[in-house]
Amino acid sequence: MEPIYEIELTGAGMWSRVISRGKTLRLTDLTGGANVGMLLYHAPERHERYNMPDTLKGQHIFYLRAPYGIHSDMGRLFASITGDTCGWHDTVCGTSDAELVEERYGVHNFQEARNEFYRNGRECFLIELAKWGLGERDLVPNINFFSKVVADVDGNLSYMEGHSKAGDHVDLRFEMDTLVVLNTCQHPLHPSTPYDPRPVKLSVFPNATPTMEDATMTVRPENARAYRNTLDYYLLSR
Amino acid sequence: MAASTSLLKESPLDPSCAAYDHTVLAGDHWLHPVKKGQVLRIVDVEGNQAADTLFYNLHEPLDRYSASDTIRRGHNLYLSTGTTLYSTRSHALLTIVADTCGRHDTLGGACSRESNTMRYSFDVEPMHACRDSFICGVQQWGHGMNKRDITCNINFFMNVPVTPDGGLSFADGISGPNRYVELRAEMDVMCLISNCPQLNNPCNAYNPTPVRVLIWD
Ligand SMILES: [Zn+2]
Repeated sequence: MEPIYEIELTGAGMWSRVISRGKTLRLTDLTGGANVGMLLYHAPERHERYNMPDTLKGQHIFYLRAPYGIHSDMGRLFASITGDTCGWHDTVCGTSDAELVEERYGVHNFQEARNEFYRNGRECFLIELAKWGLGERDLVPNINFFSKVVADVDGNLSYMEGHSKAGDHVDLRFEMDTLVVLNTCQHPLHPSTPYDPRPVKLSVFPNATPTMEDATMTVRPENARAYRNTLDYYLLSR
Repeated sequence: MAASTSLLKESPLDPSCAAYDHTVLAGDHWLHPVKKGQVLRIVDVEGNQAADTLFYNLHEPLDRYSASDTIRRGHNLYLSTGTTLYSTRSHALLTIVADTCGRHDTLGGACSRESNTMRYSFDVEPMHACRDSFICGVQQWGHGMNKRDITCNINFFMNVPVTPDGGLSFADGISGPNRYVELRAEMDVMCLISNCPQLNNPCNAYNPTPVRVLIWD
């Protein structure tokens, strides 16, 4: 199927748009080693936002993959992960900030590096959030698509290098009208130097209306209840 | 499953010398400043209670506890002796200086009436939940704060183990009567505790109990 929208983002790029329910966003790692930091807000009621704790505890999982769901902080389902060639996406490590980038990579400003200058995930999120009337208060733990971080029994974290390969993709089927805010900065635990954020392709497709028998709704009863709450929202508001 | 015993550390501080001593009853919230250099102890009085806790920079409420910055800077999912809690602006808020429990959660967040319908069933929606307590707490503090200002909190005394293959469960508590965690403030902070009223969670045997808070100068 031809996408209705497609764009390639350079590494350390940023993007924000509203994607309505009934559409699927495909993220494609073009070269391998990409990271997409993502925050989600309910488009008309932007105080409702992605909730990492509810997403994890509602599904008894420590990371995201198909066919799991992405939950809001109001008991509803923003999106279902309907396709996934990568299989593990971190959502606990947050994003990089200026201090981290300077410590690890040094400083490259616009004057010396032009558009190759070094950005960080927090700055990119805040720039895009400001365009929608949002700011620091709205920064919460984000998703890091394509990045795998595992924990040992004592909770020590390890970042898995080489997890995402060129052509790997993940599909998000939106169940709510969602403001999607993302950047392609490196994962904050990415151990390698030099600074080398990777490009990502975004493609949007229309999708069929989901049913209660869809994989996300049946993988956990919590997801079916969250989707019921979502349907209730639209029943009342439309 | 017991947490690593190497993290267990008792405090030399004497409760009878504390500058402040207060019991937060089950289901209540507590809002109180802790000044730089002061030590805050939270005591799990009867055991297996969850003390849902948020910290803010006392002078700049936009700068507040960040679970993801604490996790990524500490390279660890669990909080215990030696863990520094970081803010969204990368400031050290507090450091855990003693802990007789051994592990505290910062992934599980707070219960809310809305998420309880997702987690348990639609008919539990009227039951009291931590987010409502947090909302009361931030409104009491002021600054025009509301739900936006309630971010991913710490659950002191809760055990939320993650397995190497990425499973996550709410395990039976590793806490017990009179276990405590003690934190030294690295800057002036506001502490907001919701002493969890959860009646749906087997972790507290469906029975919320008090926590005690003490502060030493
Ligand atoms: Zn609670």
